[in-house]
Amino acid sequence: MIDQYRAVFDALPTDGVPEWLRPVRQTGLDRFMAAGFPTSRDEEWRFTPLGDMTRTPFAPAGPPRAPVSQADLEPYRFGHPEWPALVFVNGAFAPELSQTADLPEGVMATSLARALMTDPELVEPHLGKHLGADATPFAALNTAFIRDGAYVRVPAGRTLASPINLVFVTSADADGAMTHPRNLIVVEDGARLSLVESYVGLGESAASFTNTVTEVTLGQQSWLEHTRIQRESEAAYHIGFSHVHQVRESHYRSFSMSMGGRVSRHNLHTRLDAPNTEALLYGLSIGHGEQLVDNHTTIYHDKPNCRSWEVYKAILDDHSRGVFNGKVFVTPEAQQTDAKQTNRTLLLSDTARVDTKPQLEIFADDVKCTHGATVGYLDDLPHFYLRSRGIEPERATQILTYAFAAEVMDEVAVDPVRHELDQVVRTRLGIMDRI
Amino acid sequence: MLEIKNLCASIGPGEPNILKGISLTVNPGEVHAIMGPNGSGKSTLAQVLAGHPAYTVTGGEVRFEGEDLLDMEPEERALAGVFLAFQYPVEIPGITNAYFLRAAYNELRKGRGEEELDPMDFLDILEEKLKIVKWGPEMMQRAVNHGFSGGEKKRNEILQMAVLEPKLAILDETDSGLDIDALRIVADGVNALKRPDRATILVTHYQRLLNHIVPDQVHVLFDGRLVRSGGKELALELEAKGYEWLSEVAEEVVA
Ligand SMILES: Nc1ncnc2c1ncn2[C@@H]1O[C@H](COP(=O)(O)OP(=O)(O)O)[C@@H](O)[C@H]1O
Ligand SMILES: [Mg+2]
Repeated sequence: MIDQYRAVFDALPTDGVPEWLRPVRQTGLDRFMAAGFPTSRDEEWRFTPLGDMTRTPFAPAGPPRAPVSQADLEPYRFGHPEWPALVFVNGAFAPELSQTADLPEGVMATSLARALMTDPELVEPHLGKHLGADATPFAALNTAFIRDGAYVRVPAGRTLASPINLVFVTSADADGAMTHPRNLIVVEDGARLSLVESYVGLGESAASFTNTVTEVTLGQQSWLEHTRIQRESEAAYHIGFSHVHQVRESHYRSFSMSMGGRVSRHNLHTRLDAPNTEALLYGLSIGHGEQLVDNHTTIYHDKPNCRSWEVYKAILDDHSRGVFNGKVFVTPEAQQTDAKQTNRTLLLSDTARVDTKPQLEIFADDVKCTHGATVGYLDDLPHFYLRSRGIEPERATQILTYAFAAEVMDEVAVDPVRHELDQVVRTRLGIMDRI
Repeated sequence: MLEIKNLCASIGPGEPNILKGISLTVNPGEVHAIMGPNGSGKSTLAQVLAGHPAYTVTGGEVRFEGEDLLDMEPEERALAGVFLAFQYPVEIPGITNAYFLRAAYNELRKGRGEEELDPMDFLDILEEKLKIVKWGPEMMQRAVNHGFSGGEKKRNEILQMAVLEPKLAILDETDSGLDIDALRIVADGVNALKRPDRATILVTHYQRLLNHIVPDQVHVLFDGRLVRSGGKELALELEAKGYEWLSEVAEEVVA
């Protein structure tokens, strides 16, 4: 089955592809062909049912039959129309749906394909450079197909007033089609950015396949809030890999929200590659029906005096399944590491289930590393408390479910992003009024 | 208003009764105090009246304004006008006090066939009620009881009561652990609500609350039974003598 991917690779257009990128792609393909798709025998993929996906002959997505309009995207609008936005439809940059008019001088937000043509010397030092041996076979496959995606660069010392939206749209007729968006985010020394990376599916039932990789590199004393929202069609397969490389005194905070897809998997890896670096990873997964929502995170504490703080939550209803795996590696050199990991799952039905696994590998002796996981149903007491104040049981359940989510959403630092996220979650949970 | 007849309750089928036949009548306009040692069943009685699902009623009946209270769901009881101030108010991280109060208030309005209030209109009402507990609006943006001190939690219960204006308020040890100023606030809150068509049941351990709220009747609960009833002087007698002498009284009652 994987041979079809070699055929797709061989058919890739090579025009506009810089010389240096060809071996990068080739290495990606070779790695993928050597590894093949993971199976449930791979420890890393034990709980992620990929069988149906790997047996489907996905074809590279083409343009949708009817062009996607601004109105089609309205329900998925995140934030204000004035926020800079790069929109991609079925993997291809859609300038007519994008908005990059008022970017401050020196800030670049464009498609990777364009940046490769106009500023290859800015792209080359980063593209594919930080993704290490930990890259999954899917990430390798994405590298083989590097073609388009988002490129954002905030030069040293710049702060963006409003968040940048990256929107990856799968059209309603993309059943059986695949996209491999490749994104590169460069936040230079002392720069600050709020980035919202969204994956949306316009169809209810398109069994599409999105295989995306986002590389982030953070300069000294830079600051990035990276919000990722995955709301693809509930028949879709979504595999995402985010890799963050951090140097001295940089601050990375991520909020990863997964609520779409039949099967979705997001790997978030961050490497704290210099002292006094900080990474805060928050996550919220909401599953229902037959959905499987999988989050794997890896934090590399390579250097001393770094802090990581991680809270991932899941709300699982019906027959949905959650997977969480949180790895923390602390090298012998990384003394004074402060790492805390929390994973909490709320089960709304007795047929939902979660597999959760912390994995701490600590080789330094003077560190503070903790982890904790809880799985449970809503507590009876708060439920009764709400009912005793006149609130109906179904509504009480909704409010308490929202409260469980709100506790982690509250950690989003940029106010308008948090408000928008709150709206998305309330809509998903069926709570229409503002809480 | 409230008629309790021979009420028996346990924590589940087959479990021994905690309430062993309680009878009590509360008329509109009255304040009743229920006193008794720890573990005598005061909270159980309060929770059974509010409809806590952990308890099973094993006998007797309760009528509220002629209706079968025990047949009503907890939220129906609230809409009918029954309010319980919890001995241990529940923390709800993630939900602001403002939202919680408005949600509860709007349920009552819906129940009365009135339109729901939006956050702005509700704020006007809330501002008045906040004066009763001497709070500023900043407490409204905090999560419900989350990280509140013991005293703040009790005040929050009084605030909820003031907003919801129940016909029958049951206060379960709302005075426990309060300093004298906070006690005053609780007492003022109860007195502010007083009207000829409303009634209050004060569950308390100490007589000092009754210096601020004068009860019409005082009842003593001991081992699941009301073993004595009397006027407010009974509270003073309990204060002076303690609860030990009651075990003999209780034996007489059982016999
Ligand atoms: N939910 C419960 N589970 C187990 N025992 C309970 C429960 N509620 C009450 N009890 C028991 O019933 C008795 C009365 O408790 P309670 O009503 O809380 O007394 P009080 O409020 O007068 O101190 C105690 O022995 C207590 O342990
Ligand atoms: Mg009690």
